[in-house]
Amino acid sequence: MTAAERPILPKLVGERIKRREDPRLITGHATYVDDLKLPGLLHLAFKRSDSAHGVIKNIDTSAAEQMPGVELVMTGKQLAEILGPMPIGTPFPSPDHYAIATDRVRYVGEPVAVVVAADRYLARDAADAIEVDIEELPAVVDPEKAMQGEPAAVHEGFENNLAVPYVPGGTGVDPATMEVDNSALDKAFAEADVNISQRMTNQRLAPNAMEPRGVVAHWEPGKEQITIWSGTQNPHILKTMIAAQLGVGQHQVRAIAPEVGGGFGCKINIYGEEYTAAAISRKLGAPVKWIEDRSEAFMATTHGRDILAYVDLAAKRDGTVTALKLRLIADVGAYNMLLTAAVPTLTMLMLNGTYDIPVVRAELTEVFTNKTPTDAYRGAGRPEATYFVERAFDMLAHELGMDPADVRRKNFIKKDAFPYTTQMGAIYDSGDYETALDRALQNAGWEQLKQERDQARAEGRIVGLGLAYYVEVCGLGPSASLPTGGWEHAGVTIERDGRITATTGSSPHGQGNETTFAQMLAEQFGVAFDDVTILHGDTGVVKQGIGTFGSRSQAVGGTVLMNAGEKVKKKMAKFAAAMLDANEDDLVFENGMISVKGSPGSGKTFAEVASFAYVPVPLPPGVEPGLSDEAFWEPENNTYPFGCHIVMMEIDRETGEPRLTKVVAVDDAGTIINPMIVDGQIHGGLAQGIGQAMIEEVVYDEDGQLVTGSFMDYAIPRADDLPWFEMDNTVTTTPVNPMGAKGVGEAGTLGSTPAVVNAAVDALSPFGVKHVDMMLRPEKLWRLMQGGGA
Amino acid sequence: MRRTHIQVRLNGEDTDLLCEPRQTLLEVLRDELRLTGTKEGCGNGNCGACNVMFNGRLVNSCCVLAPEADGAEVTTIEGVAEGDHLHPLQQSFLEEAALQCGICTPGFIVAAKALLDDEPDADADRIRHWLAGNLCRCTGYDKIVKAVQAAQGQSQEAPTR
Ligand code: FES
Ligand code: FES
Repeated sequence: MTAAERPILPKLVGERIKRREDPRLITGHATYVDDLKLPGLLHLAFKRSDSAHGVIKNIDTSAAEQMPGVELVMTGKQLAEILGPMPIGTPFPSPDHYAIATDRVRYVGEPVAVVVAADRYLARDAADAIEVDIEELPAVVDPEKAMQGEPAAVHEGFENNLAVPYVPGGTGVDPATMEVDNSALDKAFAEADVNISQRMTNQRLAPNAMEPRGVVAHWEPGKEQITIWSGTQNPHILKTMIAAQLGVGQHQVRAIAPEVGGGFGCKINIYGEEYTAAAISRKLGAPVKWIEDRSEAFMATTHGRDILAYVDLAAKRDGTVTALKLRLIADVGAYNMLLTAAVPTLTMLMLNGTYDIPVVRAELTEVFTNKTPTDAYRGAGRPEATYFVERAFDMLAHELGMDPADVRRKNFIKKDAFPYTTQMGAIYDSGDYETALDRALQNAGWEQLKQERDQARAEGRIVGLGLAYYVEVCGLGPSASLPTGGWEHAGVTIERDGRITATTGSSPHGQGNETTFAQMLAEQFGVAFDDVTILHGDTGVVKQGIGTFGSRSQAVGGTVLMNAGEKVKKKMAKFAAAMLDANEDDLVFENGMISVKGSPGSGKTFAEVASFAYVPVPLPPGVEPGLSDEAFWEPENNTYPFGCHIVMMEIDRETGEPRLTKVVAVDDAGTIINPMIVDGQIHGGLAQGIGQAMIEEVVYDEDGQLVTGSFMDYAIPRADDLPWFEMDNTVTTTPVNPMGAKGVGEAGTLGSTPAVVNAAVDALSPFGVKHVDMMLRPEKLWRLMQGGGA
Repeated sequence: MRRTHIQVRLNGEDTDLLCEPRQTLLEVLRDELRLTGTKEGCGNGNCGACNVMFNGRLVNSCCVLAPEADGAEVTTIEGVAEGDHLHPLQQSFLEEAALQCGICTPGFIVAAKALLDDEPDADADRIRHWLAGNLCRCTGYDKIVKAVQAAQGQSQEAPTR
């Protein structure tokens, strides 16, 4: 084919390109960790605590050991001889946490022993045959009582169960000394026309990725190397941690994230089961596998949220907010996991919301209880902040009789005020909040909806409208903000056949990076989408990486990929220039060719340039052979995407059952690579945010027993719980990275939750209701309509 | 444990196998027959990830004992496409990007096919209601329902089997 006959390649970035991951997924041919089999594979099962809190008196493993097919049984004490306490990623003091409990259990589901057997079912049966004698201690379940030291101490050395005793932040707080000056705060509240004061909860949730966790570990005695496959969001961090825990070199560990069935934050943490599998594989010199079942996922995968707030807001009668104060109490459960202690600090960081509030103060306390530990869950700290702020703003609107949109507009940070440093110390990169608000109001038909609501009310129906605005911190982030390092890594190679192969440390679990990253690289090089392959998830192939969380794939992983691409492109230009006898600055890369500007017929194909680059005779001066390079990059700041979500709700007067009749979302994630993928990300976030507001809640009884331990007791949204989503977006690019992309993975969860609760309160306002805590259980709403408390 | 011989007509082919009486159909499909497209999301009938067709009915294979399948006709996700020719539902899931992590997708496709085989004109409410037995944590269902609707259009044009 001559250059003139080559097809003109279509534009890729910004287009709805079909996901290249999908063919294997829709035919059942993808390989998730549970689909892996190795010769001689042994299976693990964990014996877990039925008690929330108690001292392990005795563990009798004799019956289990005698069962056929059982290779090994280990208690926590025995495992502790080969595996030390687990590392965490935050700087706060932390109690020792062993992969398997050694002397005390602290939540229902905490492992107390592990069985290794020939198959999963033998292992389970043997685990059931282990007898555990536990001397019960009082269960600590109420965080506010726990803070008084009642009814017991979860950990020795943590007085009053305080995991993080007291962190102040915001106006009047000296970040260096933590000294607090209350004068501005007191003045604002003393001079306010209106004070809003409300205790609000942001309840505990179970992440419930549809693929439970799982791990296969294979220590090869001859090579002294271990390969570990895990459904993880960050294989490189897994590799680092496994090496550290086993006391081996990084070079002895290869971590692979195969196809991963959803993460939502709960697969960031490196869990005790992963360390145990690695240690046991090494001990036995055999491959081992552990696959979590759903009831274990409810008990033993980290939970999310669970923070309560005493919210005070001061305002003028015209709706200007003059001060906001929150006392936050986070119930972090029994232990600090990788990021546990850091998540509520993100709530603190984001308490300015999208508003120019002159005085903002937060005080945070984190408390240990006898519950499953919390960690990141989609949004991780930011939905909590948004919920508290947006509920408070709505309460103000109702108090003043103002339109909720007007109260927000009045207080918005103006679009020419960016970069904007908040009272909480965040530096918002860019924003145009009014445009997205106007778009959302227009798309929803806000004025019309208000009339419909009033009309419905006049007919005796219970209808409400809810609006919420959010700003999120994404694209994590400079290394100062992440204990793992806040960079990402990419490698780009032009193969000998001219095709492009790239590696990325952003290891996806449903985000479609294989597609979006190929779009970007193909456009950068002017080649066909199908000529670019993206490899990820295997530390044996991808040299370095951090991982996928905090909506960072595009903003950080995408940027570094472009940087690596640019290096290779420059080098490729040198080879092409030599071949074409041209100046490298005069070359254009398009339609799969490199040619001299103005004479497209004269060009060389990628395959031709590649064959020269790998057999360079003669080698052009000042150039090394080959076409491959890599890059590290970290942003100098986070990104701050934002948006507005509007919902309409009708509540059944007879049953109290709430139903959404409309969901409108306008999100601004900066530059978008693939709108089809971005829509999907937001859809999923909306569903999870709506789920939190309406039907999701982890419940413990007073003995610390987990009441919501299956999909029968813990609801996640189903297809008939949700209406269509009406989507739109505005584009405000970020100066933080050259692409201008901000990130979108978590956005949907931020606005939707408060929007739904705002709608419920609006619907119930004729009954004098000013606030209702989540979730919106029909019984609770029904009681409110009968004039009783919730 | 004693193993029982069963014969299943699986994805159109007679298949013989030995299974333990306690094994579920899901386990046998995945572990013995290496048909790993059928997934386990809960193991107790609440998520639909393990959906297969069983004698023309949609079932959760985690709740069917393997010996019950003796003499039965079973279709899994691997039997939905005809050779390289995707089923219209698979094609529309692809076009609409009605999946993200994909772990729930085989179950959705099998379940949606069961619906459209019986009720080719099911409306959106009916589709949502039918698919309420399948959990997806990634997509919020919007694109899944749209994909099923798109397949309805296609299956009207496509030659019927
Ligand atoms: S695995 Fe069978 S219904 Fe969930
Ligand atoms: S696509 Fe991930 S659970 Fe449905």
